[in-house]
Amino acid sequence: MLEIRNLHVQIEDKKILNGLTLTVNDGEVAAIMGPNGSGKSTLSYVIAGKEDYEVLDGEVLLDGRNLLEMDPNERAAAGVFLAFQYPLEIPGVATMSFLKAALNSQRKARGEDELSTPELMKRVRGAAERLQIPQDMLKRALNVGFSGGEKKRMEILQMALLEPKFCILDETDSGLDIDALKIVSDGVNALRGDKRSFLVITHYQRLLNYIVPDTVHVMANGRVVKSGGKELALELEANGYADYRTQAA
Amino acid sequence: MADVTPIRTAAETALAELFPAVKGRLPGDATIAGQRAEAFKSFVDAGLPHRRIEAYKYTDLRALLRDVPPLATEPSADAVEAARQWADPFAGVDALRFTIVDGHVVAGLSDFKLLPDGVEAWPLAAALSAGPVASGLMGRVAPAKSDPVLALNAALMTDGLVVRVRKDVALDRPILVRFLAASGAPSLIVTRILLVVEDGARATLIESHEGAGVAHHANTAVEISCGDDAIVHHLRANASGQAGVDLSTLGVDVGGRCAFTSVAMVTAPSLSRHQIFVRCTGEHSTVTLGGGALLKNRQHADTTLVVDHAVPDCVSRELYKTVLDDEATGVFQGKIIVQQPAQKTDGKMMSQAVLLADGPTMNNKPELEIFADDVQCAHGATCGALDDDLLFYLRARGLPKPEAEALMLRAFVGEALELVDDEAARERLDGMVAAWLAARA
Ligand SMILES: Nc1ncnc2c1ncn2[C@@H]1O[C@H](COP(=O)(O)OP(=O)(O)OP(=O)(O)O)[C@@H](O)[C@H]1O
Ligand SMILES: [Mg+2]
Repeated sequence: MLEIRNLHVQIEDKKILNGLTLTVNDGEVAAIMGPNGSGKSTLSYVIAGKEDYEVLDGEVLLDGRNLLEMDPNERAAAGVFLAFQYPLEIPGVATMSFLKAALNSQRKARGEDELSTPELMKRVRGAAERLQIPQDMLKRALNVGFSGGEKKRMEILQMALLEPKFCILDETDSGLDIDALKIVSDGVNALRGDKRSFLVITHYQRLLNYIVPDTVHVMANGRVVKSGGKELALELEANGYADYRTQAA
Repeated sequence: MADVTPIRTAAETALAELFPAVKGRLPGDATIAGQRAEAFKSFVDAGLPHRRIEAYKYTDLRALLRDVPPLATEPSADAVEAARQWADPFAGVDALRFTIVDGHVVAGLSDFKLLPDGVEAWPLAAALSAGPVASGLMGRVAPAKSDPVLALNAALMTDGLVVRVRKDVALDRPILVRFLAASGAPSLIVTRILLVVEDGARATLIESHEGAGVAHHANTAVEISCGDDAIVHHLRANASGQAGVDLSTLGVDVGGRCAFTSVAMVTAPSLSRHQIFVRCTGEHSTVTLGGGALLKNRQHADTTLVVDHAVPDCVSRELYKTVLDDEATGVFQGKIIVQQPAQKTDGKMMSQAVLLADGPTMNNKPELEIFADDVQCAHGATCGALDDDLLFYLRARGLPKPEAEALMLRAFVGEALELVDDEAARERLDGMVAAWLAARA
């Protein structure tokens, strides 16, 4: 599904990713953990196509297609979805109109017909119900005045609606209360399948009790320094990152 | 003053020669003729305003107006017929419609006969000759001497509309005035509207300025007198195309416990200036002014407003949004004056601009002039590109860049359109924004 080879990235002359290599297979849930500032969000932005970053070397392939040559919207249409660590507020744009614009842009890019408004409303309402998002939130401007947890749920609603094949969750668990964590995890698990993969960035093992990963990778200083199974997350929870900090330096 | 006596520009000479040549055919009784002559003299004495006149600092009409076309003449039957075919930008708005073609009211395309009880309307030309309201009120709200553009209007106004909404009458359908510049040759079109909304009455006035891409010069004045407890909404839309000049003045007197709102939407023409003078003369009133300007190529649009609080306890709000592309120029000058007796005034003014390229210029000058000590006043101005992080968020969801920008810009201008009370009219203005954005993509 996703193949990252020897990725070197800098921003404003500051080197952030230092030869990162990572493979995520079809249907795999890969968790990424690592200290603050190790480059996890940077990695997610680079995959999604944020322009501020300068890719010095390396490759990012989605099913063999070179993502680095594509615009962010083309990547989205190709199936990349990033649930932002800090979802942005879009004043004046009603959530429902935004969802419609997003979905229809992607469908258009893939040569599919636009979805009718009633069909869209049906899908959005269904997804909102499953994520326990009140219907009246859909009428409000996107994320404006939403609580931290509401914003995160709205990210997952978008993900459910857009049906991407490669989903990046950047600390989606932070800001969620215990019940919401369960609801969101159920939402994510419902989307798991052979043809859909996930990159789950988190600081807390607890999320991984709900969204059980196939692989766990430790990131430090802009590279993957250790990979293992789900037990690696438990080990990190117990021992912290001390070993990896020194190892990567 | 160190200024040398300025040599008249070609435009000034044309204007100076115009009035003596046409005054014989301008409507009005002897009193009006006298007022015209006086207004003309004050224009000639001052000349076209230039950048050293503070109010015209960023819109130097002496430099920008190269010529002045001849005064518009009454449209031919063919021209009227052609104008009748134009699509009404406010179609779908249930309004009383009045049509002014090339500066002349077309009675056959105007709802003079459909007015409800308590509402009277006259073509301005008729009112100037025999008008029961006009001679007394004309020029009282917006005095000709106060501004050279207004003085020109007072001297040369050919026609327009006088509307009176009697005490306690709630006129629920908007009065929609369509100004159609139909003549194929450029002309100077000088019109005026006088709207008198008496105590306790309600009215909505919509101005729709339409054209077919001919470089006309328009000079429009709108005077609105709001009695005590009146509720008055005013809308102005100009989507007349890229060519020509549009100079407009809105003068408003606001009585006590009133709500007055005015929103202007501009995508045309090449050079425009909309000046607004609002005076709060009665306590406990709320004045809300707003607007959106979408400009491209080398368009220049100026909004200059003065809200004068003469009495205590009034609220004023101003929200202006400017979107500039290519090498366009936007100007916002806003002044809130709080006179010494106007304690407890609550005034907030904001002008925001988005630049879509490196070429545009935005001149923002919000000002407060406060002589009272117990007031709450604030102003702000912002100017910058669209937020890259927001754009990325939208693009990461699949929106191509032009569509992401359009969504953000529509929301940006939409905030000012929120001030429009009439939903159907607001949708039409939003449609103007959408059309502009679609043409850009
Ligand atoms: N625009 C920028 N300019 C300079 N440095 C930046 C910029 N953006 C990110 N960085 C730096 O890059 C490093 C990696 O940041 P990143 O957000 O990817 O870390 P992270 O692993 O997601 O951390 P966290 O766990 O705190 O979310 C940090 O040191 C950060 O300060
Ligand atoms: Mg991060």
